[in-house]
This record gives sequence, structure tokens and C-alpha cells, in this order.
Amino acid sequence: MTQTQQQPAAGSPLVTRGLTKRFRGGQVAVDSVDLEVPAGSVFGFLGPNGSGKTTTIRMLLGLIAPTAGEVQLLGEPMPKAQLRVLPRVGALVEGPAFYPFWSGQANLLRFDAADSTADPRTRKARAGEALERVGLSNAAGKKVRAYSLGMRQRLAIAVALMQRRELLVLDEPTNGLDPQGTREVRHLIQDLAGDGTTIFTSTHLLAEVEQVCTHAAVMSRGKLIRQSSVAELRAELRPRLVVRTPDLGIAAETLKSLGVTDLKTTDETVEGDAVELPIEKFAAALVAADVRIHGFGLERPSLEETFVALTGEGFDVAQ
Amino acid sequence: MSPSSAVAEPVAPAARPGRYPLALFRSELQLVFGRARTWVLLAVLAGVPLLIGIAIKLSGSEGGGEGFIGQVAGNGLFLIVASLGLSLPFFLPTAVTVIAGESLAGESSLGTLRNLLTAPAGRSRLLAAKMVALIVFCLAATLTIWLSGLIVGFALFPVGDVLLLSGTTIPLGEGLLRALGIAVVIALSLLGLAGIGLFVSSLTSTPLAAMAATFGTFIVLGILTAIPQIDVIHPWLLMFRWTSFADLLRDPPYWGAIGKNLLLQAGYLTVFYAAAWARITSRDIV
Ligand SMILES: Nc1ncnc2c1ncn2[C@@H]1O[C@H](COP(=O)(O)OP(=O)(O)OP(=O)(O)O)[C@@H](O)[C@H]1O
Ligand SMILES: [Mg+2]
Repeated sequence: MTQTQQQPAAGSPLVTRGLTKRFRGGQVAVDSVDLEVPAGSVFGFLGPNGSGKTTTIRMLLGLIAPTAGEVQLLGEPMPKAQLRVLPRVGALVEGPAFYPFWSGQANLLRFDAADSTADPRTRKARAGEALERVGLSNAAGKKVRAYSLGMRQRLAIAVALMQRRELLVLDEPTNGLDPQGTREVRHLIQDLAGDGTTIFTSTHLLAEVEQVCTHAAVMSRGKLIRQSSVAELRAELRPRLVVRTPDLGIAAETLKSLGVTDLKTTDETVEGDAVELPIEKFAAALVAADVRIHGFGLERPSLEETFVALTGEGFDVAQ
Repeated sequence: MSPSSAVAEPVAPAARPGRYPLALFRSELQLVFGRARTWVLLAVLAGVPLLIGIAIKLSGSEGGGEGFIGQVAGNGLFLIVASLGLSLPFFLPTAVTVIAGESLAGESSLGTLRNLLTAPAGRSRLLAAKMVALIVFCLAATLTIWLSGLIVGFALFPVGDVLLLSGTTIPLGEGLLRALGIAVVIALSLLGLAGIGLFVSSLTSTPLAAMAATFGTFIVLGILTAIPQIDVIHPWLLMFRWTSFADLLRDPPYWGAIGKNLLLQAGYLTVFYAAAWARITSRDIV
């Protein structure tokens, strides 16, 4: 996989510098975030609930004013240049929001009409295409009141697709979608990326990042704690040696004597970092020490475990 | 991801200036007039002449009584004027309050405000579109009464030349035009209240709260207008010259009070529109 890390800052469609939001009441929801999204990337914006993803996205789009710091979208400062920039940016912020008493199509037409650069002559046709792309053609005339959550989510994506965009900023685009819908949206994202659209998408779903993203950033308690290409993240995940055995004590001692570090023992397994030696040597040594081996191998931690390790958070929402 | 994402040609930056700034205004009218609620309000207003007409018909009055109401049985045209006059203290302000309260708070509560702003509608332009739709609604409201009064008045009562307050008589056609002028003046008289409603609506994300607060303000202003001890401030109160519309039924029409009323409405509108603008352009939209 080729990387695009050498992109100059000027060419990056989305840059933030020291972006900070302190809400009334003093809570710092976003704390000095420096994002740099490479052109053409699919950028996964990760973080647990309440970590500041949506707040960051709101500032990117000029919906809320930063307490400090700056945002550049497509090379122009936000929110100053928003009327010039936002027509080239497709957005989905914090879940779908529509007029329930109107049809899906009528909703699309309204939001498109709000953009003074959108050609009214092609409006209906573009709405039809967008609905088609998200699989809503059959429900186009149905009132949004009667849409399911997943259908609303699809309609929200359709809003972002009403025009060809250079950048898509999507806040949890697959939220509420069924497995089929999730897959379709992933394909859609890959298609769009293939057309050269840069995609910035927030999510909690690590599988999503592993499958579609080229880059990722991780937020935790308002701070950006990691930002790199997905390939780099993966390469960092050192595999761990895992031995499944009833003879836990001897196994642990044997491994330790061979230089395995960070040993952990559970009910049935001993595991640790095996940096050096080829893996067969451990097997041989264990057998020689009369350890009964029920299972043996290297396990690569999932991105999910890394994520938990990085954010250091359990189930409870921080703050 | 395939490596192609890094080498794929970027989308050509399209140079598309804002060539269709009016589309939002059209869409705003569709939003106001595409709702069942708006048509219910207009239907209620259309019912006012019907109610008054039937009541007068059933009472068997011959005409020649006090005020516009008293003249309806003699000349159906006065049903238009009487209905407009009787809707002004309560029905029309209620209707305006509902639509104005909904305008921004409704978008805020549905979350559609963020879709509009990221479209991007532009905060100032969105506010302007909301205000224009409100003005059109005020006109639609009084013209509805005018039209309903015309139909019911002509159906139930004799019609003919119009005897003015000043004692002269004008032909029916000119009388209808004067009544139309009254409808327009009353619509313009509602704009101060519309401005207050728009401002209150920019403060909250609960349309019902915006409506209640706007109507509350209207009631308070009404009470203040009714207290004689504070008559020094009366000329500055929103509804003080609301009844000046009747001056259009003089010959020639007496414009003094109407002009002062419209100036006052323009003043209220300017102040509250500016306040709404200051609020909407600085507010965090969540
Ligand atoms: N309008 C607001 N006023 C005060 N605090 C807010 C406001 N909006 C968000 N917050 C706080 O800011 C923090 C970040 O919220 P944000 O919505 O950005 O999180 P998130 O990462 O999008 O979470 P999730 O994954 O649940 O969507 C939270 O602690 C939240 O309570
Ligand atoms: Mg969120």
C-alpha cells in the first residue's frame, strides 16, 4: 500500500490547528486538536462516546465556533469562507434530521435549494440519483415520518451525495444501519474514495476502520492521542506468543528463561512478548521441559484491543 | 483500501458562484405553505367572515347599526372590513405567533437547521428567507379574510355603493379596493409582532416555548396599551395605532395615523430583526 504522508499541508483538504472547544459550564470537549487529513484518504475518526468527535465535526463545518484554534477546509479558513467552501463539502452531522411531514425526496430538494450554487434545473435528477445510490428509490415519495432509523440514516447520506463533493465529513454514517446497509455504505465510501473524494468519517466501529480506512485518528477525552496511516497502526501491533497449557508455572518459567517479556498468566494460558527467536524454539523448549501443550501460536492483537489500550477506557463514559 | 485512492485524480475544484440565491426563498415559502398547520390557520381565518355573516343573517338585522358590523346587513362589502377588524385583536396575532414561533425554533428542534447551514444556506440569508416567508404569510392571512368576506358578504347580503365614514359615497369597485387596502395595511400592522416572534424563535429550540413567549409579550403590550396612567408611552406600543386602518374609509383617505402606525411597525421590525440576526449569526448550532 502506498502512503500519502508526504502530502504538504497546503494540499490537505482538512487541517486543524490547536482546535479547542470549551462549552459554557467550563467543560473542555475538544482540547487542542491538530488534524491533518491527506488528500484522497479515507480517514477514520475514532473515539469512545463523549470523546469529542461530533463537537470537532461541528467546528469543522462552522456550526459552532471554536474557543481557540483554527480550521482549514479545502485550503480556506472556516467559518470565514464557509459559503465558498461548504458547497464542495458533503456533510452528515450527529444523525439524520428531516422534516417528518415531507417525503424523502422533498427533504433532499429543500436542502439542495438552500445551497445557492446548486442548479435548480438538475435538482430533481440529482435527488433521484442520490436516492438510488443509498437504495431509497422505492421510498422516495414516502413521508420521512414513516421511515425507519436506517432509512433516515440512508437519506442523510443521500443529502451529502446530492452533488459531487471534494470532501465528505460523515459523523457515524453507519449508525442504525442493518448489516446489509452497513456493507453498502462501506462500498459507497470506497467508490467515492475511488473517484478522488476525500472522506473523513467518525465511528466507534473498529472493523469499519480496518476495512475501509487508509488513515485513522483516535480521540480520547477531547484530546487527539494518535494519528497515522492504518498500515502504520497495524505494523505497530506486536504479535504475542500464547501457550495454552495446564502446566502454567513451568511454562511461564521456561518462557522467562528464554527472554520472553511482559508475561501474563490466565486460567489456561501463558502469554508474552516474544521479540527475538524464531517461534519453533519456544515450542521445543517447552516440550523439553515436559510442558503439556494444548495450544501454541502467535496472536496479533486486534485494532480493537489497541484502541482500548490507547484510550484506556472501559465502558463508562469519561467525565 | 487500494493504492488507487492515493493516485486517483482529485475532483476538479468547481468554480460555481452562488447563482441561485432565490431558491432558498422559494423553498421557505413551500415549507410554510406546504404544511397542514398553515392551512388550518388560514381556514380558521376564512371562517371568521362566515361566522359573523351567519350570525348577522340569523339575527334578522336590517343594517344601519353601529360600526362596520352594523352596516353589514345593509351592504355585504362591510363584512370584509368588519371581519378584518374583528380578527385583528386576537385571531391574526395568534396565527402570526404560531408561524413566527415555529420559524427558527422549529428548524432547531428538528435538527434541520444544521443541514441548512452546512448546505450552506448562510445564516443571514436563511434569516432573510424566514422573514420574507413571514411577511407573505401575514399578507396571505389578511387576504384570506378579504376573499372569504367578499364571497360570504356577496352571497348573504345586498351589495352596492359604499357610504364612507366621511359621508360621501363611492362605487362598489372602489369600495372593494379600499377593503383590499385595509387588508394590506393590517398585514403590515402585524409585522412588528412577526419581528418579535422571529427574534424569540431564534433564542430557543422549542417552538412551543417561542410561541408562548411571543404571545405573552403581545398580551403584556396589550395590557400596557389599556392602562391610561402610562399614556406617555402609549404611542410607542406595538398595537397603539392598529385601528388606524379605518382611516382608509374616509374621503380622501386620512394617511396620518396609518403612516405613524406603519413607521412604528417598521421600527419594531428593524430592532427585533437586528436582534435575531445578531443571535443567529453568533449562536452555536447543535
Ligand atoms: N452543547 C453542549 N453543551 C455542553 N457540553 C456538550 C455539548 N455538546 C457536547 N458536549 C459535551 O462534549 C463532550 C463531547 O461530546 P461529543 O458529542 O463531541 O462526543 P462524541 O465523541 O461525538 O460522542 P459519541 O460517540 O457518543 O457520538 C461530551 O462530554 C458532551 O457531554
Ligand atoms: Mg457523536
